[in-house]
Amino acid sequence: MDIAPYLLLATLEGLVQASVLTLTALGLSVVFGTMRVVNVAHGEFFMLGAVGAWVCAMLMPGPPWLGFVTALIVAPAIVGLLAAAADWAILKRIDYDPEATIISTIGLMYIIQQVVLMTFGPNAQAVDAPFYYTIRFPWFGYSSYKLFIVVAAIVLVFALWRLMKGSRVGLLMRATQYDKDTAQNFGIPVDRVYSGVFAVGAMMAAIAGVLVVPNQQAHYLMGHDPLLLSFVVVIVGGLGSIPGTIAAAVLIGLSDGLLSVFFTPTLAKIASTLLVALVLVFKPEGLFGKATR
Amino acid sequence: MKKSALLLPSRRSVLAGMGGAAALLAAPGLVGRARAQSGDVIRLGAPFHRTGIGASYGRWYEQTAKAATALINEQGGINGMQVELVIEDDGTDPKRSVEVMEKFSAEHNVDAVFGTLFSHVVAATAPRAGELKMPYFICSESHALASGAFNRYVFQPSITDVKSQVISMAPWISDNLGKKVTLIYPDYAFGYDHRDNFTAAIEAQGGEVVADIAIPPTETSFTRYFPKIPFSTEVIYHVMVGPGVLTFVKELGEHLGSQGPELFGFIDSLEAVQLDIPQLSFLEGSHFWEGNPRYAQADQTDFDAFYREKVGVDENGAAMGDPKNVSTYAHMFSVWETLYAMKAAMEMADYKGPDQKVAMLEAMESIQGFDASNAFPQGQKVFNGKTHQSFGHQYISKVVDGKLEVQHTTSIEDTFYPDETDYTKMSF
Repeated sequence: MDIAPYLLLATLEGLVQASVLTLTALGLSVVFGTMRVVNVAHGEFFMLGAVGAWVCAMLMPGPPWLGFVTALIVAPAIVGLLAAAADWAILKRIDYDPEATIISTIGLMYIIQQVVLMTFGPNAQAVDAPFYYTIRFPWFGYSSYKLFIVVAAIVLVFALWRLMKGSRVGLLMRATQYDKDTAQNFGIPVDRVYSGVFAVGAMMAAIAGVLVVPNQQAHYLMGHDPLLLSFVVVIVGGLGSIPGTIAAAVLIGLSDGLLSVFFTPTLAKIASTLLVALVLVFKPEGLFGKATR
Repeated sequence: MKKSALLLPSRRSVLAGMGGAAALLAAPGLVGRARAQSGDVIRLGAPFHRTGIGASYGRWYEQTAKAATALINEQGGINGMQVELVIEDDGTDPKRSVEVMEKFSAEHNVDAVFGTLFSHVVAATAPRAGELKMPYFICSESHALASGAFNRYVFQPSITDVKSQVISMAPWISDNLGKKVTLIYPDYAFGYDHRDNFTAAIEAQGGEVVADIAIPPTETSFTRYFPKIPFSTEVIYHVMVGPGVLTFVKELGEHLGSQGPELFGFIDSLEAVQLDIPQLSFLEGSHFWEGNPRYAQADQTDFDAFYREKVGVDENGAAMGDPKNVSTYAHMFSVWETLYAMKAAMEMADYKGPDQKVAMLEAMESIQGFDASNAFPQGQKVFNGKTHQSFGHQYISKVVDGKLEVQHTTSIEDTFYPDETDYTKMSF
């Protein structure tokens, strides 16, 4: 193979990776930005989205796309409700104390994992893609569904952007993020904003899970990798910064694709982890983050 | 801040917790089991991969073990004693598996342990079995046993090891498919058995391995590994395990299309996965190794029909009445046959309880093999008492109309290689 097809495959793989990462990491970043909560259970919300997609595909009769569309609506909604409930039942009670939230979300992670294991079993479950067509390049084939993931991610990120910048909900979120106490004094229901933000963050991960599952398989342990990579992206991009998170996800995704294809996937993992270490040492606020106020 | 209560428990609560734990340990249910009576029944420890990356195998190993045990008990048990299975989940995790082995020995007082599959789990557990002097019958394909890495307590009386499988396949691959081979294998012990033994075997045939690609068994996305397949490749030899196997094969198909090199897979890449789905249509005409043919063949033996019915598997290798629930048919026969091999050894030694452990193991070492029968439905076995390893037929099947048809059956002699160890020279 010449260099060109390699580069094409690497770019495609990188873009797909970047799309999924953007969605998952944005969820983590929004939650941290507004609530200062490091949510270790974030990967499990991703997994719940994927498992939800499988359940929808099983229960919905008819063509695969019908189950897929249902899953895209139902799974994030359920995960959002669950997250809001977790916020009300756990995080609020411990007063969003940073150390305690880390410990309690670790607990939440295990609870979700084990409940899924006990309910749906340990097997990897395949879900049919809503459409199945392989684009044949002269050198290799590529799944068209993977390209759909990229488009869907762009649309969703744009929607989140509009929500944050152009709506009243976004205004409340930004006000709470800027100064929680002052926001409360101005009559903003900070508690409800927190629940809402935690739910939206979880829903982003769940949507990423639904999008990924026709491509991978739903499995109770699948939340681990997205969590790790989301942390990588969020640290590199700057905690709480949305443009930084997007830029870092694209950077990590593409470099991962290129390094994986030209060298090995293991080297790609080493490189992104090394990048995190370097960022933490030399620019702890993240490549695109602002210095702390 | 309420964090102090959460993170720094008071001395009183710690003491109360310790007291509670002590009371729990003293409860009759837990310690009582350690004094369980032996001799009245034969108690067999069965550590299966109920969870973790081996879960699909574990589920079927368990179902097969239960079916075989029920049958043995129906036929009067072993030496007049009923057989009781003590099943534990090892999570396909080496660390947990060692703990489970200790539990079988200290708490459940079992007569023997059998049924571990994944080679990295076996590698961790077999040495501990030796230290605990616990007879340990593996169903793993691991070559570590026959290479002399374990001890006198470990046996593999039914399934053949990877070395046997590979050296009997290599001549057929080089004669029928091609000589320039790219290997794709899981990045741990089992995969290395494939890599090392196949590379040697294909070179002995005048072929060569043009690239070898190791993929971690926990991987979920595979396309990025495929550019490493050189254009000069004539045959792709693939063997993959873990929860992502279906994704692996689907992405391989997307990448290669129908114009790619010949494919030779170990059925591990598709165990517990339905073959007749549109995404896998590119496999039509490709070849697979099978330890035991998943689809009932035209010349099916009565033994295979009997075994299929007892385990609850239909002629397509899926659970009776649920075509989507595909079994791990190429591997799980080893659990059935291993139970019967243990029965044979126990009957030879007139085994009544753990005092006769050594006699039972010596009886196992003296066994020359087993004939094809309802007890050994996969076929005849030659057992090597020195290396503790069994040898048997291998099957090469072709995908025809979405089903596997056996094209070639190797002789047992094809799977032989010179002994690499002699466990009978070790002490018990």
